[in-house]
Amino acid sequence: MTVSDSALKQTPLYKEHESLKAKIVPFGGWQMPLQYEGIIKEYTFARQEVVLFDTSHMGEFFIEGDLKGSGLDKIVTQSLKNMPVKTCRYGLMLKEEGGVIDDLIVYRIRNDKWMIVVNAGPKDNDVKHFQKHLNPEAKFCDVSSQTGKIDVQGPRSRDFLVDIIPDIRKLDYYAFDTFNVLGEDVIVSRTGYTGELGYEIYFPWNKTVELWQLLLTKGAQPAGLGVRDVLRIEVGYPLYGHEITESGSPLQAGLKKFIDWEKDFLGKQVLLREQEDGIKKKLINFVSENRRSPRAHYKIYSADKTEIGKVSSGTFAPYLKKGVGLGFIDKERGKIGNQVFFGEGRDFFAAEIVKRPIYDAGSLKK
Amino acid sequence: MEVLDSYLYTHEHEWIHVEDNVATVGISDYAQNALGDITFTELPEVGGEFEQFEQLASIESVKAATDVYCPMSGKVIEVNSEVVDDPELINRDCYEKGWLIKLEIAAPDEKSKLMKAVEYTNYCENLS
Repeated sequence: MTVSDSALKQTPLYKEHESLKAKIVPFGGWQMPLQYEGIIKEYTFARQEVVLFDTSHMGEFFIEGDLKGSGLDKIVTQSLKNMPVKTCRYGLMLKEEGGVIDDLIVYRIRNDKWMIVVNAGPKDNDVKHFQKHLNPEAKFCDVSSQTGKIDVQGPRSRDFLVDIIPDIRKLDYYAFDTFNVLGEDVIVSRTGYTGELGYEIYFPWNKTVELWQLLLTKGAQPAGLGVRDVLRIEVGYPLYGHEITESGSPLQAGLKKFIDWEKDFLGKQVLLREQEDGIKKKLINFVSENRRSPRAHYKIYSADKTEIGKVSSGTFAPYLKKGVGLGFIDKERGKIGNQVFFGEGRDFFAAEIVKRPIYDAGSLKK
Repeated sequence: MEVLDSYLYTHEHEWIHVEDNVATVGISDYAQNALGDITFTELPEVGGEFEQFEQLASIESVKAATDVYCPMSGKVIEVNSEVVDDPELINRDCYEKGWLIKLEIAAPDEKSKLMKAVEYTNYCENLS
């Protein structure tokens, strides 16, 4: 499907990206910045300093109602039962007949109020799915079009934000609270997608520019989707459309720990059957022998040139100065330390299966 | 976007600078900018012979991979090892230090299939 540029949506920061001379690309139905000064520069800032991502394209919903009565508990895979207020949890939303609709983060605002954060591409499907499966007494509200979002990420992000949000230090990993920022009471969570210490700030759509400009003035560097992908691949985080797909299995993608087997949820029967039959493929992380980077959809071969799988995400990793990636291969071939191969003829090259994460020196939990 | 007057260009964004029967080949400013930070360059071996528009080299950036095609037929007489050791040199200086190979050209007539600077500039402007 090709979407013409005019059909693509713009975040409240679109003009800012243009004036910063960002390279703009279509992503999930939006016109998004791919890079500003260059991916390597942005990478260094993200791993050493503090960067800003415009993530206003993502979807946000509020649900009011208690866990069981609302129907929320059966829509998502993660355990929400004993989840404290002001914490976040990552999980998935499955189709009843198998396959993943989206991955998402649930925020517990009150005992009986929740915020759900979803990807931009599948957002409209997500809305339909919630509306179909929530119980009539639950109140569902899609606030995506009023909610801008800026991710502040990097080892310096806490010290950097203290100036604007003095109490930011109290937030633990995967916790959130309401803070007054530029006169607005907004949700800020200690979450992210980079493997570094970082925060996500949910902000009124029409004031997001003001926050962006303030953060830039204070010295954070803008970073685009290009480096966002590099950072998440190095940490082995899955991306919707790559490791998580409508026809894919969360078990093969190694997401078992985000599934609460003790509760009922949509899609559970399919997973139980899959579990019983045993998974055929598994997600691996690999590092190339050189600077050559495998790309999504490259075939993965064994030493005897048998096709054993496919790359789901690949990139050059500035940290190692080598190609790295994720891919699905036959389960029995996926042992750490095994070699896998890509390409043909003079383009043939090797990689080694490694432990996740490839990059483990991040400031995430510091 | 920088385009050098004395060079000729292909539709795939290679440049060639012909002096007598020897030519230098590289990728254009448009190409290096579109690729972004270049991370890997694979060049042919000296002595290799290529037809016009045959695949000559591979270049990868952080997020993309592309083939480089030979702008004119000929034999490779020198390769730039500096762009293998430091691929970002192509980003920094694609027309001078970031050259890829030198070619002994076999068929000077093939120039007629290439674009001059003005033509190439128009071509690029119509792409975006």
